[in-house]
Amino acid sequence: MPDWIAVCDVDVIDLEDVIRFDHGGKTYAVYRSPDGTPFATDGLCTHEKVHLADGLVMDDTIECPKHNGRFNYRTGAALRAPVCVNLSTYPARIADGRIEIQI
Amino acid sequence: MTVAFTGESHKRDYSLTGEDTRHAKEIGLANAEWYHSEVPRKVMKELMQRSDGPAIRDTLLWFALLAGSAWGGIAFWGTWWCVPFWIVYGVMYGSVCDSRWHECGHGTAFRTGWMNDVVYQIASFMVVRNPVSWRWSHARHHTDTIIVGRDPEVACKRPPNLFRLLMAYAGVIDMVDSVKILARNSVGILSADEKDYIPESEWPKAIFAARVHMAIYLLTLIAAIGFRSWIPIMLIGAPRIYGCWHMLMTGLIQHCGLAENVTDHRLNSRTVYMNPISQWIYWNMNYHVEHHMFPMVPYHALPKLHALIKHDLPEPNASILDAYREAIPAVLRQARDPNYYFRKPLPPTARPYKEDLVHA
Ligand code: FES
Repeated sequence: MPDWIAVCDVDVIDLEDVIRFDHGGKTYAVYRSPDGTPFATDGLCTHEKVHLADGLVMDDTIECPKHNGRFNYRTGAALRAPVCVNLSTYPARIADGRIEIQI
Repeated sequence: MTVAFTGESHKRDYSLTGEDTRHAKEIGLANAEWYHSEVPRKVMKELMQRSDGPAIRDTLLWFALLAGSAWGGIAFWGTWWCVPFWIVYGVMYGSVCDSRWHECGHGTAFRTGWMNDVVYQIASFMVVRNPVSWRWSHARHHTDTIIVGRDPEVACKRPPNLFRLLMAYAGVIDMVDSVKILARNSVGILSADEKDYIPESEWPKAIFAARVHMAIYLLTLIAAIGFRSWIPIMLIGAPRIYGCWHMLMTGLIQHCGLAENVTDHRLNSRTVYMNPISQWIYWNMNYHVEHHMFPMVPYHALPKLHALIKHDLPEPNASILDAYREAIPAVLRQARDPNYYFRKPLPPTARPYKEDLVHA
């Protein structure tokens, strides 16, 4: 069973924004949606290995900073070329004022 | 003031499957880490914000100018009065299409996705580019900007073909080449380069798009013959020839005469201050270093981005003419010495060029 890992205090991530989180030799992108719900995906774009945390969160999509490919960060679905391969997603929650992800 | 850099010369292979491709991959020039000026995340987030307003305004104006100039061209057909209307129509069709294609291809012009897609499809047709293949080719251009053997969009190859560069302004060669590509795609053939940068899953879409474009050209020809009139051709297709001069004028100064095989856009791209009309036609792509460093910043925010990072960039060219004064002698010299390039001095406030992988 994967562990719940603390990422940061909840207010470290703005609403409708994303941060990079490195853990156990892997990199993740951790989001807060416009209503404050946390989400987590793989940190690197599936097109080329670019950190999604430098991209733009709009509603429930993350736009990659390199070629503007888009994913739905709730489901990981690839939405816009040049990304074709979906992102892996991970459960995320808020516990005691901190965002945790299950990895 | 610019500084010339030269070195040992070798014959370059700009194909995407040749010796230079292998070399670029081997030494880490392909998919490399590029230099970025520092911009705090909060500020960058502001700059990246999308909105529909500016692009709707510009697109309505564009369509109005297209419609108005087409009306004048047709109404005064057969008299000299039609000429200024066709000149305007030509630029609106054959040059504006390029910047709209570009910005909507990035998906940054409008906030609303379908608006980007609709304008992208229209502009791709006007600029005679396969809307599927060119999306991928442009992605590669951003990954490996002016990396020999990796970038499919190098306009000024070395040594330059001066005749072709000059003829580009007449529009005919590029139009013939572009139609040939569409025709080839429409019968189901993709080149080795296209197969290199377009994922296989997208090949059928590229072929379908080429067929749609070719069908519209065929209908235009049938209409011209049926009506015994040049007007259908003046409206569709031909403006890409007689109106592309502005696209060439602005497009050729993006990278020509600057470095190849570097991983710092300040060395291979040019920011040029322009008159407001050219800047509108070009949708602010005169801030070209800025666009390459931060492609997710929409066109309407590029002037702000420029103001923020200009201390870290070479002095922009003062005008289109100034850019040509720099680029033409450089390109002429590259005809003799293909390793020559302009290296613009950086202001004292800038961080040094990133040159860990330089093979200019
Ligand atoms: S690297 Fe993310 S879209 Fe290309």
